Amino acid sequence: MSRHQLDARHLLCPMPVIRTQNRIQALLPGDELEVHCTDPGALHDIPAWCRLHGHEVVSASSTGDAVTVVVRVATNRDRA
Amino acid sequence: MTDPRKAVALISGGLDSLLAARLMLDQGIHVEGINFFTGFCVEGHTHAIRKQHRERPKRNNALWSAEQLGVKLHIIEVIEEYKQVVINPKHGYGAHLNPCLDCKGFMVGKAREWMEAHGFDFIVTGEVIGQRPNSQRRDTMPVVARESGAFDRLLRPLSARLLPPTLPEREGWVDREKLLDLNGRNRKPQMALAAHYGFHDYAQPAGGCCFLTDANYSRRLSDLWETRGTKQYEFDDIMLLKIGRHLRPRPHFKLIVGREEGENRFLAGYRRQFIHLSAVSHEGPLVLLDGEAADEDLELAARITARFGQGRAAERVTVEVTDRSGGARRLTVAPLPAEEIPEGWYL
Repeated sequence: MSRHQLDARHLLCPMPVIRTQNRIQALLPGDELEVHCTDPGALHDIPAWCRLHGHEVVSASSTGDAVTVVVRVATNRDRA
Repeated sequence: MTDPRKAVALISGGLDSLLAARLMLDQGIHVEGINFFTGFCVEGHTHAIRKQHRERPKRNNALWSAEQLGVKLHIIEVIEEYKQVVINPKHGYGAHLNPCLDCKGFMVGKAREWMEAHGFDFIVTGEVIGQRPNSQRRDTMPVVARESGAFDRLLRPLSARLLPPTLPEREGWVDREKLLDLNGRNRKPQMALAAHYGFHDYAQPAGGCCFLTDANYSRRLSDLWETRGTKQYEFDDIMLLKIGRHLRPRPHFKLIVGREEGENRFLAGYRRQFIHLSAVSHEGPLVLLDGEAADEDLELAARITARFGQGRAAERVTVEVTDRSGGARRLTVAPLPAEEIPEGWYL
């Protein structure tokens, strides 16, 4: 398992979701992806996308304009 | 037991695509959703930017639809490829700069590519005959099927019984008798079906989910093409058209005026690419100047900047003007009275 970072700051939804989706396709089951955003919509949209695809949201938080979502890639995924 | 047939459903976030996909799930079809981001999607951008909207709950309607259905949703960014649809639509535009028929053909074509790449069997859309004046007519539906390359692997469950049987129907993958025969712009059947399935709080965007159906947005895009002398755009261009007041006081420059704090912050992200202005003696907007400006133009821009700030009633307002290289100077000007801003300046 390894931890990865994704800078999705200054992107408006759905771009942070798209970047998250595309990045996860290249990761291994159990890997974690820490996504940094500024669009507050990402706080809702990335977890929603994760629920649909079976990925675990380890944490989702916002401080001021900074939104951080940590996703753990599903262990039984067939495709992101 | 054989594996279920697989359909990829175009999910816009609206009611029709939600219902079409739901009808497929009812028939035991494995459904996954696909949604395309063109850059023109209304999807909450202005809400994300404008501070006054931030307290409202915001959602991506396509993701919401997928959650209602319990299906995966694949969101595909098509910004670059989509340019040709907008710039040079084979079938022309609708009431504004909306190339709806070309757009539908493009999206179904992308869904076909996805279907083929992922081993799916057919494509589902929420199209209804007569729903839209251009892209959803009985005579244009075959055009979409043909030009997308989907042909008879394109199923419109909401109007299927009014259309020739498609491959999924002929092969018995889906039961045609359980499909619908909706026709026209009356939304009551869809609303009744939504109630039947327990779908509440679904999105009902006026004019659809695309900025190109909006008259004001289309006027701004036309202005961009005319003044640049070329029918092209970059992603940043079409984002900026969504934000702020746009005024063109002279043919060779326009101003983008932030309307509130959130827009000012968003525009600030672009300030190094533009001459920009903001009042320093009073609170006021950040203003980007798109184009070239001589000294008299900068003075006019400063007066307009002052007009939209807290100093609008003051005799003099000091405005800082910063060029693209970061060099700044200050102009003290009289705010331009509202009556001296012709309606024709507004885009």
